[in-house]
Amino acid sequence: MKKSKTPYFFIAPTIILLSVFSILPIVVALIISFTDINLTGLADYSQINFIGFDNYKEVIKDPIFLKSILNTLFYVIFGVPFVIILSLAVALLINFGNARIFKAFRVIFYMPSITNVVAVAVVWSYLYNPQLGLFNYLLKLVHLPSVPWLQDPIMAKISLIALALWRAIGVNMIIFLAAIQGIPKTYYEAAQLDGANGWKQLTKITIPLLRYAIFFVSITTMIGWLQFFEEPFVMTNGGPLDSTTSVALFIYHNGFQLSNFGYAAAGSFILFIAIIIITLVQFKFQNKNVDY
Amino acid sequence: MKESTDRYQQWIVGIILTVAGILVALPFIWMVFSSFKPESEISSLVPTLFPKQFTLENFQNLFENMNFGLYLKNTIIIVLCSFVGLFLNAMAGYAFAKYQFKGKDKLFYLILATMMIPGQVTMIPVYLILNKMHLTNTMAGIVLPGLVGAFSIFLFRQFMTTIPDELLEAARLDGASELRLFMQVVLPISRPILAVQGILTFIAGWNSFLWPLIIANDENLYTLSVGLSLLKGQYGGNYALQMAGSTFMVVPIVIIFIIFQKHIIDGYTISGMK
Repeated sequence: MKKSKTPYFFIAPTIILLSVFSILPIVVALIISFTDINLTGLADYSQINFIGFDNYKEVIKDPIFLKSILNTLFYVIFGVPFVIILSLAVALLINFGNARIFKAFRVIFYMPSITNVVAVAVVWSYLYNPQLGLFNYLLKLVHLPSVPWLQDPIMAKISLIALALWRAIGVNMIIFLAAIQGIPKTYYEAAQLDGANGWKQLTKITIPLLRYAIFFVSITTMIGWLQFFEEPFVMTNGGPLDSTTSVALFIYHNGFQLSNFGYAAAGSFILFIAIIIITLVQFKFQNKNVDY
Repeated sequence: MKESTDRYQQWIVGIILTVAGILVALPFIWMVFSSFKPESEISSLVPTLFPKQFTLENFQNLFENMNFGLYLKNTIIIVLCSFVGLFLNAMAGYAFAKYQFKGKDKLFYLILATMMIPGQVTMIPVYLILNKMHLTNTMAGIVLPGLVGAFSIFLFRQFMTTIPDELLEAARLDGASELRLFMQVVLPISRPILAVQGILTFIAGWNSFLWPLIIANDENLYTLSVGLSLLKGQYGGNYALQMAGSTFMVVPIVIIFIIFQKHIIDGYTISGMK
């Protein structure tokens, strides 16, 4: 423990990389959000002007930005509860089974979350295709009208949520399963002696004791949906008529397609602050509820 | 009596899960079967599940006309580089677990704090920094920003704290240097966490998409997923070809996952809850 230089040698590469690609960028983002940097500015730094809060003032009036906020709220409000309920339900069902085969279901439900997002988008675009897609064909088989999965503004959002749900269940199901298996068996034995049925055991023991896991999943899921990006980016690129553009996609468009780096950085800081505030509110709400 | 209702319930739950599982697996099944169909069968209005006419033409097409061989090579380079990153993470995790040094806690909290920063905030500045370093449109520019990660360092630290100090001291008395100690004592003990992290690193590297897309202007640097998204843009109507591309991307990962799933899923249980 005297060799004082060794630990620095071990941590140096990661500290340097994280400083350059995680910490420095925050500072750079803050600075450029007060400037008008674009492609000209990138080539010649003397062309960059300090413009104060203009980017922030402009972006909160930008109709596409406002639309992207509403879209993101739509994703969060419908996405978060569905992810929690479905992954918890799957975890409970898998945990209920005694047979060996139930373990295989863990693999099946987890698989979508390790699948490449572009491949997912390609396959689902085919499934959602209005003429050749499987979904509309199945609807036709049962004599239902076909659905404009990605063509209608509202339906497109729902279709993207369905796809994201499919990808999100796996990881959260595993977290819930781990938490369920951590509950001591004696609680259930005591409840059975008192004559509590399965439903009572679920609502009075399992769910309350899963409170920490549910809180963890809801925080991470919420942050994930606030940054919802890949699905609309590859599936719809924000269309039709910006109805699936999320805040994150708005930032990407302005930064890398329109090269308004300063403007996009201002948008990204608004998103960052929103994420911090929402997370803090959730923590506060949780602290009030803990009473055991 | 109670026995039989219990078995009855087990069957119901099993059936519910089977139906849900088929729904979840459906896109995979559809993708694989479609990739072996000729284009004419894909565009017929009455879809078939199994290919009526089995063909390998789509896969051939990917490699002969679409440069998928090149994309595969680039993807493998990225995967290999990300294993270097994994090694660096393990080193840092070890230092935080087993050494006392000045500023240790502060540096560790700083590393943890980087997990809170959303990708959208750093995306543009990282591009500007790489541009300043003249690394845009290079392999280094694609690999460096994501090489190390706070969560991985954290998991390594958690695991390595459980290694007994006596073991390390004994090796030191035998005259092992600190680096040798790390390579020959610490890493072999850390096999379980290395397995989990290794598989996750492989999957992340194989799937890397956004950063290669931003950094690479040159087709010579495209990864499989960038190539596939290109295919989606250029051959939007040719679903047989697209399904072959997707199958080629997804199936290796699924196979690796099924072989190692126990490590990954149990790894969550070990690392997540401690």
